[in-house]
Amino acid sequence: MAGFKIVGQFEAVAANRTRPMAAKLPAATWIVMKTAVATLLVLIGAVGSARAADSGKNSCMSCHLLMEDARVLNPAKFFDGDVHHQAGLTCVDCHGGDPNDDSPNAMSPAKGFRGVPKKALIPDLCARCHSDIAYMHRFNPKMRADQLSQYLTSVHGKRLKQGDAKVATCVDCHSVHNILAVSDTRAPVYPTNVAATCGRCHSNAAYMKDYKIPTDQVANYKKSVHAATLAQGDTSAPTCTTCHGNHGATPPGVGSVANVCGTCHVFFAQLFEKSPHQAAFAKMGLPGCVQCHSNHAIVKPSDDWVGVGPNSVCTTCHSSGDAGYRSAQAMAQDLARLNLGITRAEDVLDTAERAGMEVSNPKIELSSAHEALIKARVDVHTFRDAEVEKITKPGLEIAAHADQAGVAALAELNVRRKGLGISLITILVAIVGLYLKIRQIESRQQG
Amino acid sequence: MSSLFRRTLDWLDERFGAGSIEEFLRHKTVPIHKHSVWYYFGGMTLFLFVVQVLTGILLLLYYRPTPNDAFESVQYLMTQVRFGWLIRSVHSWSANLMILAAFIHMFSVYFLKAYRKPRELTWITGMLLLFIVMGFGFSGYLLPWNTLAFFATKVGTEMAGSIPIVGKWFLVFLRGGDEVTGATLTRFFGFHVAVLPGLATTLLALHLLLVQTLGMSVPPGVERAIAEGRQPRRSMPFVPNFFLRDAIGWYAALGVLGALAAIFPWELGVKADPFAAAPAGIRPEWYFLFVFQTLKYIPAKVFFIDGELLGIFGFSAAALIWVAIPFLDRRVGFAPLTRFFTGLGIFVIGYMIVLSWLALR
Repeated sequence: MAGFKIVGQFEAVAANRTRPMAAKLPAATWIVMKTAVATLLVLIGAVGSARAADSGKNSCMSCHLLMEDARVLNPAKFFDGDVHHQAGLTCVDCHGGDPNDDSPNAMSPAKGFRGVPKKALIPDLCARCHSDIAYMHRFNPKMRADQLSQYLTSVHGKRLKQGDAKVATCVDCHSVHNILAVSDTRAPVYPTNVAATCGRCHSNAAYMKDYKIPTDQVANYKKSVHAATLAQGDTSAPTCTTCHGNHGATPPGVGSVANVCGTCHVFFAQLFEKSPHQAAFAKMGLPGCVQCHSNHAIVKPSDDWVGVGPNSVCTTCHSSGDAGYRSAQAMAQDLARLNLGITRAEDVLDTAERAGMEVSNPKIELSSAHEALIKARVDVHTFRDAEVEKITKPGLEIAAHADQAGVAALAELNVRRKGLGISLITILVAIVGLYLKIRQIESRQQG
Repeated sequence: MSSLFRRTLDWLDERFGAGSIEEFLRHKTVPIHKHSVWYYFGGMTLFLFVVQVLTGILLLLYYRPTPNDAFESVQYLMTQVRFGWLIRSVHSWSANLMILAAFIHMFSVYFLKAYRKPRELTWITGMLLLFIVMGFGFSGYLLPWNTLAFFATKVGTEMAGSIPIVGKWFLVFLRGGDEVTGATLTRFFGFHVAVLPGLATTLLALHLLLVQTLGMSVPPGVERAIAEGRQPRRSMPFVPNFFLRDAIGWYAALGVLGALAAIFPWELGVKADPFAAAPAGIRPEWYFLFVFQTLKYIPAKVFFIDGELLGIFGFSAAALIWVAIPFLDRRVGFAPLTRFFTGLGIFVIGYMIVLSWLALR
């Protein structure tokens, strides 16, 4: 790691032991004793294996793996699976020190030992590599190197600079010593784990008390259609970082909500921009999409959100008599009519199909009415009833046509049944006639 | 009218001796005994065959044997053509009932030992007709070009491909290439409407000629009882007594066909997509189920022999033995042998029913 440019201040790791024995002894004495025992054991092992002192030797691991205190044992224990370890980095690349020295001197400032970095310095420590694009591309040519600059623009980064040590830094989200690649499903920053990772702080009311922001975001998000889609394994579904950013995490402002939603819901955003709501919302200081759909608890919308019914979101702002109210009412009626037309046609066609009638063509036709309904639901975002009617009207005609085909199939079924009845009666009469004829012939033959 | 009919017969008699046919029919009789009911199944199979021919010709007016048109043409026939649905459903139901009637006819002949001398050729032509009828079923199944038929044909023709030496050639011959494609559809259509009907008509003519020439067989037990004077030899004239009884059966069959077609119209399914994955639960028509299930139970390798190949050889050998039954069961009246062949027949029926049931589970 010759590319390191920044040398920070670090504090010693071994202070404040909590073991009972440590409580009775001065901290420094305890460290010396323990290190001496560990060193002796390592030396015995080293003699046996006769390993070369300078070829991949790591005295940090040798000692720390023998420690009983989880705080000093775990970093060594977990580091084996760490993405950095797999890329060839060792303890000294972050903590400094001399890995060839088996004595406690390995952790002396003279040997460049830095200890545990202070929280405020963690972003800079990580950035020594992660902001060096030439260095990072040796491992992954697609890797970005702007995490630190983004972080400094985030609320987390800004507050850290202001001395707030409670905010998240790199290790709070990515973990430390057992850092996994983002693509690893076990990583805390893998899409399906992001909400839980953010929620570790943001759902902790006590921890977030000083910031005076809600702590129900993750709970609300879990009710959302986004969380449900993600849970089904669709990792393209949005999680916290999709809307808020990851390293540059910032809540979207009122004016930019539509832009954020529009990164995925492009067509809806375009319709909203051209709609009368765009200017009205801006004037009233209302956040675009969120106003009707909420922010974190974005549930699957239903048709009764449109209109003037009890579940309507339109009546939040519009009241009886205004143009928006009338438009909402008209749009709701159009959607309801098309929905009803489709349902009726489906019922008739299903009944005919169950009775064995061939109705695959009208069923295919009806799928166009379904498409019209979906498109009409999108066009609701024009907030103009005439636009919605343009879509629902042809949809209704298609549904009516399919419905007629279903009714015709059922009528045909009825004709078939009647025809069958008449045919069976005719056949029965013929059979009886034949039977009587046979009897007549045979009685004549016997006579 | 009667005099016109008489004059026509006389006219024909003067030209090719049609009077001898009339004379033959006037004197032809059918034995009456406790097993006479089984005599009707031959006529029933023949009637259903005639229904197949007539409905098949009507289907030909609309059917187009190409992958792009086959499904659509059947769909059009079922939805747009007046009574098209009835013709197609009757054709499909009648095909299945014909195979059922043929099986019942075959087993009744087997158990009543009607194949014994001098009727060996009647049995052999009957068995060949049964194989041809199953060929009709196999080739006709693909023609609507729906998903189930497509994949069932794929599996069925693959079995043919596993025969050593000629297997590959036979598979290509059946499919018209390495895969089931439009070429297979055209080929199966040709088999179904030209090759098989030609063979079936020839064999049927021979079979009927043999039946008429040799007369109906009387079961050995009944023959013995007559010889020992335990029962009189009774018979009825073929025309009109037996023929009118046959006609009652045919009318009843027509009613059943109409009811099945109206209440359970034959499904069309979904158009075949050669690039789609095979749907779950692919299985052949019911009369091939016992073969299909047996092949599933045979391990992949049996003593270094391919399991599927062994199964095909097994069934081919069994079919050959079954065809050769008249030459194996020659000592009629020898009780142990009679019991053995009766037991064999019961075993074969039981095997077919149990294996088919297992395949349907």
